[in-house]
Amino acid sequence: MSLFWSISLLFDIALVAGLIALALHVVVTRDGRGAILAFIAFGLLLGIGWARLASVDVALTEAAIGGGLTGMLLLRAHAHLARHAAPPPPVAPEPRRWLVPAIACGLVTLALTAVVLAFPQPAPSLAHQAVASLETTGLGNPVTAVLLAYRAIDTLLEKIVLILALVGVWSLSRDAAWGGASQLQPAVVPEPLVFLARVLPPFGVLIAVYEVWVGADLPGGTFQAGTILAAMALLVMLAGLRPAPPTQARALRVMLAGGPALFVLVGFLGVAVAQGFLSYPEAIAKPLIVGIEAALTLSIAGTLALLVAGPPDRAPEP
Amino acid sequence: MSAMALTSASLFGLCGAALVGIGLFCIVSHPDLLRRIIGFNILGAGIFLVFGAVARRGAAMELGGDPVPQAMVITGIVVAFAATALAIALLRRLASLTGSATFEAPAAPPRSEP
Repeated sequence: MSLFWSISLLFDIALVAGLIALALHVVVTRDGRGAILAFIAFGLLLGIGWARLASVDVALTEAAIGGGLTGMLLLRAHAHLARHAAPPPPVAPEPRRWLVPAIACGLVTLALTAVVLAFPQPAPSLAHQAVASLETTGLGNPVTAVLLAYRAIDTLLEKIVLILALVGVWSLSRDAAWGGASQLQPAVVPEPLVFLARVLPPFGVLIAVYEVWVGADLPGGTFQAGTILAAMALLVMLAGLRPAPPTQARALRVMLAGGPALFVLVGFLGVAVAQGFLSYPEAIAKPLIVGIEAALTLSIAGTLALLVAGPPDRAPEP
Repeated sequence: MSAMALTSASLFGLCGAALVGIGLFCIVSHPDLLRRIIGFNILGAGIFLVFGAVARRGAAMELGGDPVPQAMVITGIVVAFAATALAIALLRRLASLTGSATFEAPAAPPRSEP
């Protein structure tokens, strides 16, 4: 037991050291692209860290969104800036530029360290309540129960934040391109990318459907499945097999708004037939939750993919 | 709740504290705006990790951790992504309009007296 303990502690220490080293590399390196690649590696390592913290749901989300989608967003932005902006002037590393911020940020870290070391003992936990009410939702995964039943209002607001962010991104397009589509396909598409874009999507869709379904009882759920679907859509558009959809298309907008709209509708239904806003009648709680999850997955996938695609930059076809 | 899980939770909590400092430093001191956006994500990752330590310490009822902080972190990751996407769209627009990806003054052209 003690040997197992020391090995797993050693693994955790190596993981933490790797995370901090990669974060420092992001700050100090002069190579912008290198910083982004370090950040992607950071996101994947962090996913392993979340698995070590026994939070498999978070690990899946972090690896998919924190490492994957954010990394792609950053790489595309870097390529755009390299074309359109002059490289930033080299800044002389004078100590007065970084010394005071470094000390201030060090103090923030010290204060947080004190907080972490002073966590109350025994630790407060809502695990008892979460498990005790699990039966009334018909779910088996307490994290999904928190997301879609106990704290459904958080999830609903988050969906609306996603839509608002997308509206914000679209509103940054040129006037002429409003309602048009984003140009994702590069001038030269590498052959292996086309191959992957043909082979991977069937598997991706299958894995996404599985994750939504299994998310009711085991780690998985709408966010993770939505991210996988978004990645598949982006892969197809990047390889040029299908163009990005025009943002004024009615079907696209219905899909994006459909998930949150259904969520709000079920929420108000709760006022009429259950105890209040966003409370489900116990008999049909699980079918309702799975239905909401399915609709949300599609709108999350669409929103995430379009957030990565960025503002439309081609004028719409009349 | 074993001592091993407690040690591991504290270790990742401390890692989170360090990442908050590193990310914050990147945001306030780096001239390159894209790098500041990455710093914002590192800062967020640090805060989430501190939360993860809280969740892990709350393990009970045969769960690996308290599901409430875990669910909040999942929500947080998605919102942080939305904020990053919006920030990057703003930065791309700034670069297209001004030809610069930084707020730093250009390399000191001599200022004429009024």
